[in-house]
Amino acid sequence: MTLCISRLFVLFSLVIFSASSFGAEVNVYSARKEALIKPILDDFSKQTGIKVNLITGDADALISRIESEGQFSPADVLISTDVGRLVRAKQLGVTQANADEVIIANVPAYLRDEELHWTALTLRARPIMYAADRVDPASLSTMQALTNKEWKNRICIRSSNNIYNQSMISGMIQTQGEAKTLVWAKGLVANFARRPKGGDRDQIRAVVAGECDVAIANTYYLAGMLNADDEATRKTAQQVAVFWPDQDTIGTHVNISGVSIAKYANNLDAAKTLIRFMLTDEAQAWYAETNHEYPVKQGIKWSQTLQDMGTFKAQEVSLAKVGETNAKALMLMDNAGWR
Amino acid sequence: MQVGVNRLIKNAFKGSAFTIYSVLAGLLLGLPLFVIFFSFFSWDSAIWQHLAATVLPKYISNSLLLALGVGLGATILGTCLAWLIVNYNFYGRRLIQWMVLLPLAMPAYIIAYTYTGLLDFAGPLQTFIRDTFDLGAQDYWFPEVRSLSGAIILMSLVLYPYVYILARTAFSEQSQKYREVSELAGVSPLKHFFKVALPLARPAIMTGAALAMMEALADFGTVEYFGVSTFTTGIYRTWFGMGDIKAASQLSGFLCLFVFILIMVEKMSRRDSQNYSSRQGKSAQAKQVKGINGALIFVLCSLPVAFGFIIPFVQLATWAFSFSDLSNLADYPEYAMNSAMLASIGAIVVVAMALLFSYAKRLHPSKTVSGFIQLVSLGYALPGTVIAIGVLVPLGWLDIKLNVLTNVWFNFQPGLVFSGTVFALIFAYAIRFMSVALNNTEAGIQRIKPSMDEASKVLGDSPSQRLLRIHIPLLKASLLSATLLVFVDILKELPATLVLRPFNFNTLAVKAFELASDERLIDAALPSITIVLVGILPVIILTKTLDGIERKYA
Repeated sequence: MTLCISRLFVLFSLVIFSASSFGAEVNVYSARKEALIKPILDDFSKQTGIKVNLITGDADALISRIESEGQFSPADVLISTDVGRLVRAKQLGVTQANADEVIIANVPAYLRDEELHWTALTLRARPIMYAADRVDPASLSTMQALTNKEWKNRICIRSSNNIYNQSMISGMIQTQGEAKTLVWAKGLVANFARRPKGGDRDQIRAVVAGECDVAIANTYYLAGMLNADDEATRKTAQQVAVFWPDQDTIGTHVNISGVSIAKYANNLDAAKTLIRFMLTDEAQAWYAETNHEYPVKQGIKWSQTLQDMGTFKAQEVSLAKVGETNAKALMLMDNAGWR
Repeated sequence: MQVGVNRLIKNAFKGSAFTIYSVLAGLLLGLPLFVIFFSFFSWDSAIWQHLAATVLPKYISNSLLLALGVGLGATILGTCLAWLIVNYNFYGRRLIQWMVLLPLAMPAYIIAYTYTGLLDFAGPLQTFIRDTFDLGAQDYWFPEVRSLSGAIILMSLVLYPYVYILARTAFSEQSQKYREVSELAGVSPLKHFFKVALPLARPAIMTGAALAMMEALADFGTVEYFGVSTFTTGIYRTWFGMGDIKAASQLSGFLCLFVFILIMVEKMSRRDSQNYSSRQGKSAQAKQVKGINGALIFVLCSLPVAFGFIIPFVQLATWAFSFSDLSNLADYPEYAMNSAMLASIGAIVVVAMALLFSYAKRLHPSKTVSGFIQLVSLGYALPGTVIAIGVLVPLGWLDIKLNVLTNVWFNFQPGLVFSGTVFALIFAYAIRFMSVALNNTEAGIQRIKPSMDEASKVLGDSPSQRLLRIHIPLLKASLLSATLLVFVDILKELPATLVLRPFNFNTLAVKAFELASDERLIDAALPSITIVLVGILPVIILTKTLDGIERKYA
């Protein structure tokens, strides 16, 4: 009798504790910050009536969480801000294929997984940014040329801890091989104006302040500064211009933000609906307008700021491969002394 | 039946039920640490060769310098402030007394962002200097904020209260007689401080310094932003960049070793100084200081407060009110409630467990209990993300077993019960902050004379009655200050909260970090300032508590 009561009590408390699963909903683990994704998820809920539950955090920590939660993981969808994490999630076996014709029709092949475990949602470009008042854009050409002597003490870039740099180097390993990339990385480090520190916006500020003449940074940071609420930031950003390197050859390095469906997703239909929604013209335009990232789908209007930065040829290397050589890229930067 | 089993285990341990409970609690809290230590069984020498040849020497030297620098900085600030405030009565003392604790409410990464905004090359101060004197980038020298020394100074400014709190209690317990003797012997106040007061307070100061050093070792946000490579940035880099969770865990294990040595040194320095509070004689009384000297002391004491709290607070407030998007203001009460709820539950659980450990050790001082106390203290120096993963692994396992069990009993699977709930968060906080609570309960319980226990035993009290009737009432102040410290720490805690929180659950720290890490510093000002504001209330109560301790010994 006592045993029975205690069992009932356990059952009762379990029901209270565990998340109830009534009504259509989808559980999202997002490495993308809440402020940059919540609005579009709210739109999704409004249009479809599907409730979105959200957790944000470091991509790797979220992947580890999915892994240790195992078959009971509530995660349906994983959103990442770079390709390396999506590749890793696939390698760890926490994702599943989503062979949706909408993805195949709208996303170029190099921007999605071969088995469709993940797909890109937006593109993030990493060009050269220069001080418009002192640097002649004619003196800029390729990333390779930044290792020339004339750029000594003139380059700012953030730490190699940063994923955008890791992906950039990984892309270079894919296009030019490891040996050549190492030589390039050493040359670049020799031309650094200062020890790498701060984020991409800090590099842009350092260019304006005169600490360096060129920086390598993602365009949406500059775009965000150009559209900032405070005038000082806007004025700072206006003194910097974008140069698209390697346009005659391999193209400028791009990374992605992308999405996967979790292996043990309970709300599979809702998850697929969400990914389709993210690839609608409306959602793609929202990204382009609000976050200043390049839509992955053709024919979507860019924000005015992005249009002003100009069109460019993107490096069309398979991002799946870029993700795979991430660790190699990091060790290469260690060897180059890139802090 | 149950009583019989209890007695059996009791005999086996030769301790009381408290010993058993504390061993069980220690095993539970130790789980995530065992997960880390377990990683040493799969050693990959290739990756270690790479690390040793490239980055490891830098991690070690930077971490050591950071810990020692912050330990020293916090000790100097905390000890001087405590000495001046306990011994001198000057104009504005009442005000300063509670203000010196305010930097506690300021998360280290927030103060780092704020000072960078103010003092960096592109910041307003340097731009002003360049514009005024018409200087170029290379024409003048300005100290670099984002450097190892910058990190040391800024962390010392927000971590000195740990030393201050303990040093202040220690100084106020010192008998007035000591000073009178010194004065009669013609010893100058300065010499008295170095020869008498400081050595007597040394164990307390060392404990505070050790806490500050551990906090500095666990920091990720500040060093990452400043571009200083330490063990924590190395752990993140190895794990996130190389995807090598094993090597990352092994690096964490080495960090634990660091801390273990630190705790040992601290314990050794305390070994010969077991002294119960001597209630004979009056404790030190504050000397009236007026005029210029009084003003000077006031200015000296307000400097750490100005740099550690007022300046960054004003800067954050300016950002928040001039530029922040106030349309989301309606969400803030919810964030603040979530933060306060987590911090309260967490603080109570952590302090209750700390009391259990300390009391079990007092009842039956055994190597087992002491060992577990040291083990659970290690968590304080581990970065939150590492602890989070250490928590997820055993909880995930437990959930799977639980589901198997309920399936057999009821043909029903509840899914995740432990991971992904508030339970996981509280578990992580318990490991992360046990050290803070233990330091307070340990110090407090040592001050209670053993004769009290004897008297209670003679009256026939059971150990639990003794705890309720003697120890808890006497420990009230220590327990309260432990609760408040842990409360403020949880309020500021970020990485573990970020990873372990349930769906749609935001706290102030999560909000502040998301914006700041997205380099939207100005937008981050509003949540940051809310953290500080929520943290001020417990800090004020803490001041009152400390006053209470002081009065009790006066």
